Amino acid sequence: MAAEAQPATDVEVVDLAVTPLRELNQRLHEVAREGGPTHWRIVNPNGAHAVAAGLDAEIEVDVDGHVGYYCAGMNKLATVRVHGNASTGLAENIMSGRVYVHGNASQSAAATGRGGLVVVYGDASARCGISMKGVDIVVRGSVGHLSAFMAQTGRLVVCGDAGDALGDSIYEARLYVRGEVGGLGADCIEKELRDEHVDEVRALLADAGIGDVHPEDFRRYGSARKLYNFSIDNASAY
Amino acid sequence: MCGIVGLFAKSAEIEESLGRHLGAMLAQMNDRGPDSAGVAVYRDPAPSGSSKLTLFSADPLQAWAALAGELRQAFGGCSDPEVRSSHAVFVVEAEADDAEAWVRQAHPELRVMSAGQTIEIYKETGLPEEFVRRFALEDFHGTHALGHTRMATESRVTTEGSHPFSTGLDLCLVHNGSLSNHNRLRERLRREGIDFQTENDTEVAAGYLAWRLREGASLEQALEGCLDDLDGFYTFLVGTIEGFAVLRDPIACKPAVLAETDDWVAMGSEWRAISVLPGASEARAWEPAPGVVYAWERQRV
Repeated sequence: MAAEAQPATDVEVVDLAVTPLRELNQRLHEVAREGGPTHWRIVNPNGAHAVAAGLDAEIEVDVDGHVGYYCAGMNKLATVRVHGNASTGLAENIMSGRVYVHGNASQSAAATGRGGLVVVYGDASARCGISMKGVDIVVRGSVGHLSAFMAQTGRLVVCGDAGDALGDSIYEARLYVRGEVGGLGADCIEKELRDEHVDEVRALLADAGIGDVHPEDFRRYGSARKLYNFSIDNASAY
Repeated sequence: MCGIVGLFAKSAEIEESLGRHLGAMLAQMNDRGPDSAGVAVYRDPAPSGSSKLTLFSADPLQAWAALAGELRQAFGGCSDPEVRSSHAVFVVEAEADDAEAWVRQAHPELRVMSAGQTIEIYKETGLPEEFVRRFALEDFHGTHALGHTRMATESRVTTEGSHPFSTGLDLCLVHNGSLSNHNRLRERLRREGIDFQTENDTEVAAGYLAWRLREGASLEQALEGCLDDLDGFYTFLVGTIEGFAVLRDPIACKPAVLAETDDWVAMGSEWRAISVLPGASEARAWEPAPGVVYAWERQRV
């Protein structure tokens, strides 16, 4: 898989069982200002919150274990790989760079993300991509209810199923789901999957390192554009 | 906010060290609920014909031994009290209902925290970390236990408003969230004869479960009734004599994670709480789906 870590020779290892989280994040932030190690490995996260949040440098960070809330939040430029599960708010407001989770992600993954790529190789939970504003999200498994709620721009690719109220009150984000959709939210409709969309899904899957899924198998969903362009006829829907 | 933890032992080793693990889990949830903490521990069943009461007194000089004497006089037999901080446990030679009714009548200044065959409930205001020390949780062995750390939103920070709430004999409830229709529902349940002691929203959910169970519902049916009759946010963890059950509201506003190994089943508001258990990194872990009842019970022997 393209997302797997390359074996590197000089890796800065930080053990969160002994190093305070604040010290770790401080050191990661210093790389943006003063330079420093380009590959980090974090061990024993044990569900700590805000692991590797606020990064702003082209570094690679591997996290061995499960992380708590807001891992890789506000990420810029960095590549963060979580070898475990991630809790609420993974890569919240990601600006650029890449965040990979080799397990499941809890709710609100990539919420409000403005750019970059977030890949979840397991399932994501409720509200995946809520209010996304340009981020690309690829989920190898399924997503929960209210995913892509008020999604503005960016692409969400779900190789499994989507829960209830997918794309509720959606703006211009493009949603692709391969499996079942529990239900579409207000103003979200299925749209024709044309060649350019198949190409788009193919490129995103390749980027995510997912090779066992066919881009032709997806269905496309997006905005009917009846809700956010105010029309008095729709008043009852607001 | 609030934090919830639950631990169900599947091996003798975990049963032996249940309290130590529960205390570690609770301490991890310290910052989710710094106002108060509480636990329900299921252990040491009272012999047949006897029952167990956990009582709370606000008086630090409470004469628990004298109370045991009164219970002996009333019922013919009662153990020496096992005192833990502001709480004491009595094994009384009486039906749990009768013993509880007697205490309420004879000692209205005391609070019955729990009644049943195996349950013991302890709860107190203050930091969870301190609660773990003060109530010497590391002493406890047992089959399963629940815990709660509280950040109050709907009612005052008091011992009585802390969780777990007893919902009937050997039953209890802990809750993360807030209910918005608790005032009206409390009035409805009062008319059904359910007794409430606080203005707390969780006590209403506990009373609701007690009422549904009294009317013949199974625990699963009673919990599924919550989906229709309770308005608000909740992750519930319900303790029974055989095990525990988890339910999240259909919108799943409040967090929950479940994990299982060959030795234990654990529930926590966050992974942090479960990460302190032996073998946690190899556990099967998942997020419970909204509106679905998950239950673990040991087989009745």
